[in-house]
Amino acid sequence: MNPPVIQAQGLSKRFVNNEVFNDINLSVNKGKSLAIIGGSGQGKSVLLKCLVGLMQPDTGKILFDGEPLQGKHIQKFFDSFGIVFQGAALFDSIPVWENISFKFKYSGTHSIKARRKIASQKLDLVGLPSSNLDLYPSELSGGMQKRVGIARAIATEPKILFFDEPTSGLDPITSNTINNLIRFIIKELGSTAITISHDLNSIRTIADDIVLLHKRKIEWSGSIDTFEKTKNINIREFIKPSST
Amino acid sequence: MIFRFFFKVGALIFNLFFIIGAVSRFFLEIIFTGFAPPFYLKEIMKQLYRVGYTSLPVVGLTAFFTGGALALQIFEGGSRFNAESVVPSIVAIGMVRELGPVLGGLMVAGRVSAAMAAEIGTMKVTEQLDALKTLSIEPVKYLVFPRVVASAISLPILVSVGNTIGIMGGLFVGTTRLGFDSQLYLLNTLEFLTIDDFTSSLVKATFFGTIIAIMGCFNGFYSKRGAEGVGRATTAAVVSSSILILASNYFLTEWLFKP
Ligand SMILES: Nc1ncnc2c1ncn2[C@@H]1O[C@H](COP(=O)(O)OP(=O)(O)O)[C@@H](O)[C@H]1O
Ligand SMILES: [Mg+2]
Repeated sequence: MNPPVIQAQGLSKRFVNNEVFNDINLSVNKGKSLAIIGGSGQGKSVLLKCLVGLMQPDTGKILFDGEPLQGKHIQKFFDSFGIVFQGAALFDSIPVWENISFKFKYSGTHSIKARRKIASQKLDLVGLPSSNLDLYPSELSGGMQKRVGIARAIATEPKILFFDEPTSGLDPITSNTINNLIRFIIKELGSTAITISHDLNSIRTIADDIVLLHKRKIEWSGSIDTFEKTKNINIREFIKPSST
Repeated sequence: MIFRFFFKVGALIFNLFFIIGAVSRFFLEIIFTGFAPPFYLKEIMKQLYRVGYTSLPVVGLTAFFTGGALALQIFEGGSRFNAESVVPSIVAIGMVRELGPVLGGLMVAGRVSAAMAAEIGTMKVTEQLDALKTLSIEPVKYLVFPRVVASAISLPILVSVGNTIGIMGGLFVGTTRLGFDSQLYLLNTLEFLTIDDFTSSLVKATFFGTIIAIMGCFNGFYSKRGAEGVGRATTAAVVSSSILILASNYFLTEWLFKP
């Protein structure tokens, strides 16, 4: 059994009088791919932001490699993960190649040539031709933006990858390609992954393990095999409409 | 009824103090993160171009027409007690001390603080600010500090150019419509202007530039989610920076020209 890379213990979060979730515990082992599923507005994005340190949970703590996130450990954590946001979140004012290699833009360690090389390699890995390097994000389609977002997240070949609804807003065919791409990337880099989704196809393509976030709690958790067979009413509801 | 009135007033005052607190905290964060390396010089240059250079036409045109109108008004007013000769000096003093910085500040507030709020607000709602943080870049340091510095540098320059153009506007109207001799007009202008007039103009402009950038960025940073949130942030940026410019102008005038 591989050791856990990320653990959440007793997380809760509320906004004024809107309790988003309460006492969330989860753990992802090295090299595993976890999917967090749940209906829209159930707090999946907020949970992800707490996990990566973009939001402070009200209670509970996050462990990275078994140690709580504090002091120098936080920077180490920030250098170990890549994240793809729901809308790709590319920087509009700079071209694709600078977006992808942004992490090295101000690090003082890479020349422009080196940064362009990284960008073109990663662009290739996500299946886009290097003719896109000098385009601006606004000139790309939604699916291409997602790919560039993925390329930016893997620029440092991180140990951990986070995806927030990677297929939302995409047509079914593009969604499929993105799902396969994510699976390929995870295997290629040997990364640990946490993916937020409410897309059944994504889950079946990407996930080893699944947790269902429902009504402020983790309502169900298990492996992909048990997921298909469970009698849990909320999981059945989740699977039913899409499989028809 | 009465109770509800007091409740509303109370809530309003509470909100006001809350916002003042939030802006002050934002300001301190800009100072503390900004004045430590690394410095994003390229970003500062980019903003100098966008705030300063591209505002020149707006500020210039405003100043020219204001200087011209001022000359007409003062000539008409002065002629009531045979004092038409004060036109050059009063146009100059009025432009440099008050109208140059205030109108320049307001025009730039409309353009620049709105643009900053819209840009940063959009970055917030599309999670670009979050993306920056995960790439180890502090958004306040990277986005806000360069804008504040560029704006605080640009405004005094813009206002100085505006002052000059405003005086030229007065000169143009004075010589073409009011029968002044151009050489005499300029001589009169220079005779009455003091160094204090210029420094007060520059001090005011620097203040206004800082206000414009801070209010633009603050409103963008705290914009609510969605396109509507960004729209509101843009309006709030223009309104708040304009009011702060007018209010601080009064106190700066009182401070700079103790009666
Ligand atoms: N920054 C925020 N401020 C206030 N409320 C928020 C914020 N972010 C999310 N919420 C609220 O938290 C709840 C969960 O949102 P979210 O995590 O985005 O849902 P989803 O599961 O669709 O990703 C929603 O009710 C949302 O309105
Ligand atoms: Mg979400």
